[in-house]
Amino acid sequence: MVLAIELIDITKRFPGVLANDRVNLRVELGEIHAIVGENGAGKSTLMKILYGMQPPDEGKMLVNGTEVDFKSPTEAIEAGIGMVHQHVMLADNLTVLENVILGSEPTKSFGRIDFESAAQHLREVSHAYGLDIEPNDLVETLEVGERQRVEIIKVLFRGAKILILDEPTAVLVPQEVEQLHHNLRELKAQGSTILVINHKLPEVLDIADTITVLRQGRTVGEVKASDVTAGDLAELMVGSELPSPETTESTVTDDVALSLRGVTVLNEEDRPVVDDVDLVIHRGEIVGIAGVEGNGQGELIGAIMGTEHVETGTLELMGQDITKWSVRQRREAGVGLVPQDRHEEGLLLTAPLWENAALGHQTQRPYAKGWWIDRAASRAHTQTIRKRFGVKTPNVDVAAHALSGGNQQKLIIGREMTADPKILVLAHPTRGIDVGAQASVWQKIRDARADGLATMLISADLEELIGLSDTILVMLRGKLVAKLDPANVTPRQLGSYMTGAAIETDGNGSADGGAE
Amino acid sequence: MNNRMRSASLALAAPLASLLLAFLLSALVLVLVGSNPLVAFGDMLEYGSRLEIVIDMLNRATPLYLSGIAAAIGFRMNLFNIGVEGQYQLAMFVAAVVGGALALPGFLHLLLILVVAMIVGGLWSGLAGLLKVTRGVNEVIGTIMLNFIAIGGIIAALIGRFRDGEISTNSGTKLIAESGWMPNLNGFVEAFTRDIKGRQLSGMLVVAVLVGIAYHLTINRSRFGFDLRASGLNPMAARSGGVPPKRMVVVAMVLSGAAAGLVGMVDLVSRYHRYDNNFSPGLGFAGIAVALLGRHHPVGVAFAALLFAFMDSSSSILQVTGSASPEIVIIMQGVILLTAVITYEYVNQIRQREETKMAALATAGGAA
Ligand SMILES: Nc1ncnc2c1ncn2[C@@H]1O[C@H](COP(=O)(O)OP(=O)(O)OP(=O)(O)O)[C@@H](O)[C@H]1O
Ligand SMILES: [Mg+2]
Repeated sequence: MVLAIELIDITKRFPGVLANDRVNLRVELGEIHAIVGENGAGKSTLMKILYGMQPPDEGKMLVNGTEVDFKSPTEAIEAGIGMVHQHVMLADNLTVLENVILGSEPTKSFGRIDFESAAQHLREVSHAYGLDIEPNDLVETLEVGERQRVEIIKVLFRGAKILILDEPTAVLVPQEVEQLHHNLRELKAQGSTILVINHKLPEVLDIADTITVLRQGRTVGEVKASDVTAGDLAELMVGSELPSPETTESTVTDDVALSLRGVTVLNEEDRPVVDDVDLVIHRGEIVGIAGVEGNGQGELIGAIMGTEHVETGTLELMGQDITKWSVRQRREAGVGLVPQDRHEEGLLLTAPLWENAALGHQTQRPYAKGWWIDRAASRAHTQTIRKRFGVKTPNVDVAAHALSGGNQQKLIIGREMTADPKILVLAHPTRGIDVGAQASVWQKIRDARADGLATMLISADLEELIGLSDTILVMLRGKLVAKLDPANVTPRQLGSYMTGAAIETDGNGSADGGAE
Repeated sequence: MNNRMRSASLALAAPLASLLLAFLLSALVLVLVGSNPLVAFGDMLEYGSRLEIVIDMLNRATPLYLSGIAAAIGFRMNLFNIGVEGQYQLAMFVAAVVGGALALPGFLHLLLILVVAMIVGGLWSGLAGLLKVTRGVNEVIGTIMLNFIAIGGIIAALIGRFRDGEISTNSGTKLIAESGWMPNLNGFVEAFTRDIKGRQLSGMLVVAVLVGIAYHLTINRSRFGFDLRASGLNPMAARSGGVPPKRMVVVAMVLSGAAAGLVGMVDLVSRYHRYDNNFSPGLGFAGIAVALLGRHHPVGVAFAALLFAFMDSSSSILQVTGSASPEIVIIMQGVILLTAVITYEYVNQIRQREETKMAALATAGGAA
């Protein structure tokens, strides 16, 4: 039988790292094949090789039975392969249609772009695969799930029959994941072959037919999804049990660390995106904010960090009014942030790791000494972060872009948690982190909580949100509409609160506008 | 250690390759117009290595370097300061007027002139920064506009008022008293070589070296430099990390302008001692080229400035010997710049591949 993809003994080396070590992968025509493995196992690298973005050092690649040697993604696209990357790459200020045709614009005479026929083709493609999208919507107005669909359509638009999706569900809420899985099954039914990377094992078992496990750059197994449990997979991946994020006994104190009163943030059209929010976080408390992305969580974080203008309302940190403080003053007073998009807001990708560790703390010890950056101490401290948070890298002088997605995330968590914060804002802290490292990050969050850290947690991973939080607040259209006890709520219930369904049915009964 | 030398030689490969390419292309041009390139280059090299011409070269390289550093400060933050031209001319004009009107004792007079020049350059450039953060005017547009206002507007309008009345034919400002002149470095040079006839090595060279050191320390070693580079690499991340983006733009523009303010000082405090029509224009634009060629690196920019200055100072011999047209150096400078941009990118790719291969050799044994 002809395989859609066969990779034989693929080896890829980076400075100081063996990313792929004679990896073998066999994907049958028309199946959904998942690739799992810890952070830095070499999953993204393998997919980039298959997509022609990076040449393998050794090994052979066969697509539909013929040997290929892609020099660029263009050649891979011609062979019917398309890839949706781990980090979304759409231009915000362009429309869906413009984004889709970017790089492969159909032209009329004199090189003018043929928008009409492109729009027509786009509608055909999205209709044929049951992916609803309006070609003329501006991408910045779309929800994450919709953006994901645009990325997939972009790939299908170019005629891909083999789809590679690198951690597509990392940013999605459960309802959106279901929608995506539904779409993928539809694609499969129409004959597409799909390769998907995912750290969330239950989702893998839900969608995949076959699973290949990578570990430290090697193939350690190929299993049928129907033959294994999530526990078996975790065992194969990292040799440990599947962790669960449950907090132990409460450590919530009576000391208020952060309080927001009537905080309102307006968008460019002067409409409130954070609407009269009251919120209190005590020392030793984790307050979870649940909500579909785009309901004001980003702006709420901005209000706390000082990057958003607070129209009305006040913020107090340990009893001090910080409403008018600059970002730097807040940083120095101990407000830490793990941002929701590490590439956009968290890293200087071309700068060395130690400079990335200093970012946000560059005015404080050990990174700074008076007016100067203390390079030696910064490097040494970055080494500490590397060890304590298991950041996989040859040294701390490599550029941040050389790290795998999960390792970049660990570096950011490490720099924020080792900076001795008073209040920590965690947006999707374990996004892209493998199950083994997830357990250790959760443990570190719990330890910090026991030491009195006040935490605001935003996460699309509802298990994580329920498991870690002491209180859960639901954010909908800029308002905190419900306060829930994590002990008595299931992810499914939480999901319906987030979309507003539950609130409407119980007549706003439990919505008390926030904590306190 | 071996690794480090390899990467250093790779770093040098790009500018050397572009230099070589520029020579070949210029040689081709010379052959096409009927000159012998070997003779022409030989003339330049022989003439350019005479002590007097070397001094000439250093005097030319000094303002080029300052201008290059001014551009480089902007580049490190992704700001394109096209306004060095207007900034240094305005700074020179105001400093000449102030220096001519006052007479302070000794060293203070000179210091005042330099400080005034830096302040004027900094303010004029800072204005473009302010326009950017308050009105959203792109700094390229802003600085070009300010160039016109400075040169065609302010200086043209005011020069009549400050014209030196004693000499009616002179269109320049009043001569600055000797206390405001920069001492030359001839004594220092002569201690090692021989008597320099009719040439003066400007003391501004020392100022330029100090500016280079300050640039390195500020950008690469200080907290402020970290903020500046972070803003250049990723403005969003820098902002979340506490860097005030608007203030950074204004401060970077002010610093760039302050360096620009010193560009005209070789002419003012070491040469003409007044602002008149003899001074050299175009240094602002040359600085952008020098900054690019030197890759914003304090030493790299110095080499680039020396190279351009060498070509300028040695080419005058071509007129005398007639072996080629002196304008050939303009072609060469253009070609060097173009090829530099291309070869830098190319060498970057080679270097990445090399690093990967070397790391592979190092890890293959252990990891296999
Ligand atoms: N461009 C690069 N330069 C140097 N090293 C790299 C580069 N890209 C990846 N690596 C290294 O190769 C290894 C594998 O990275 P890869 O991105 O494939 O991991 P991954 O399995 O996708 O991990 P994650 O789950 O964290 O996304 C990592 O150790 C990473 O640091
Ligand atoms: Mg990855």
